[in-house]
Amino acid sequence: MAAELTFSKEIANLMYATHGNPIKDCFQCGTCSASCPAVEFMDHTPRELIGMINADLKEEVLASNTYWSCASCYNCTVRCPAKIDIADLMYSLKRYSIWRGQYPEDLIGPAFSESFVKMIVRTGRSFEPVLAPSYIFKYGTRGLIQEAQTATALVLKGRLPLLPTKIKRLENFQRMMKRIIPLGES
Amino acid sequence: MKQYAYYPGCSLESLSMGYHLSAIEAARGLGVELKEIEDWNCCGATAYFHVDELLAYTLVARNLAMAEKEGLDFVAPCSGCYKNAYFTNNYLRQDPELAEHINFALEADNLHINGTTNVRHLIEVFVDDIGFEEIKKNVSRPLKGLLVAPYYGCQLLRPRKDGEDVENPQFFEELMSAIGAEPVNFASKNRCCGGSLIITNRKAALDMVHVILHDAEKNGANVIATICPLCNVNLELYQHQVNREYGTEFSMPILYFTQLIGLALGITPGRLGIGKELVSAAPMLSYAQNVESR
Repeated sequence: MAAELTFSKEIANLMYATHGNPIKDCFQCGTCSASCPAVEFMDHTPRELIGMINADLKEEVLASNTYWSCASCYNCTVRCPAKIDIADLMYSLKRYSIWRGQYPEDLIGPAFSESFVKMIVRTGRSFEPVLAPSYIFKYGTRGLIQEAQTATALVLKGRLPLLPTKIKRLENFQRMMKRIIPLGES
Repeated sequence: MKQYAYYPGCSLESLSMGYHLSAIEAARGLGVELKEIEDWNCCGATAYFHVDELLAYTLVARNLAMAEKEGLDFVAPCSGCYKNAYFTNNYLRQDPELAEHINFALEADNLHINGTTNVRHLIEVFVDDIGFEEIKKNVSRPLKGLLVAPYYGCQLLRPRKDGEDVENPQFFEELMSAIGAEPVNFASKNRCCGGSLIITNRKAALDMVHVILHDAEKNGANVIATICPLCNVNLELYQHQVNREYGTEFSMPILYFTQLIGLALGITPGRLGIGKELVSAAPMLSYAQNVESR
């Protein structure tokens, strides 16, 4: 049997379908970090994170908030001189950490993504208020009040319907998704 | 009347209904019909791609397949929807195995996709298909003296689609000039608004919004024009939180580019969904020389 996959190889496999070059091609120039509008909110810069992956520092990478701080602006991707699709790497790492159920506890991103998916499976469309419970309680009292005030103002302006819409062919839609992955009853 | 298969996307049903109303009105005023795709579903936004890629492609493909059936170009007003649709369509064309897998799923809704439709962002319809000359011809109330910060955001430009200028594009500025407004110098025009970090990492997103508002104000803009519902929501609805966090006093109107085009075509603000803002657009409306509005 082949030896166990190294972490860097695992991530490389996840990136197989993307159209950029392999992350092994990174020569640590730091253009990605310098181009990232969220870098100061990350515990490791994108450049460091790529170095950590290539050094197989799996636990450190899974403990990082870097990819959950990525807004998918693709500045890094379009500027990378090694033509690595770095934003897509961030997506891959999010998926990897959700599959493993391993991410820093204080993050909102993973729970938010999962409740988003459940909502789409149920109705076919996105409706903001349904998502609120996945994050609102992490905002603290002041944050909660601010959100409620904004929501009230939006309802008064007619910009926030009180009921979600559903697509009409919902049953077909749900069968369609089950053909891709077996979904539990939600 | 030229037709497009119009995919509004979820935001345009609620927070961004002003974009929906003004897109349809402004297009109609220029002889273009945005024909809404029947029974469309969510494009997966960014969150879905965090969880499962193939499922996300399938979601997008269902909408594309319906546009394909109509034989019309697929048009999205949201940059996120546009990016998802553009690349899904491309991958389907290039990867027969992926297409086969997705078509197996689409069968459950009696649909099939070949990847033959063209995916367009709404602003491309105005810039490339209608064109500046045609727009100028139809402007009845040029927005003279209005200083506009044209905000491109990210996903319209990035990742690169086909060789376009991702660092310093000019078409939005030219579009604003075509309706008589004056585009200001705006270095943050393609800097990120924070996207969904506004929910998942509020502090980071507010910082990003702050930079953009500051830049627009410093350059004297009366309004920031947007092309994406998420950019608009972040810049508008979270402006008061930026003010609280940074001790600033921004009160910068944020309008969709279609609302500005509509005003220049002489359409009344109410029909363009103007008046639903939490940051009032009233201060810039005088430039629209629109008697009915005052």
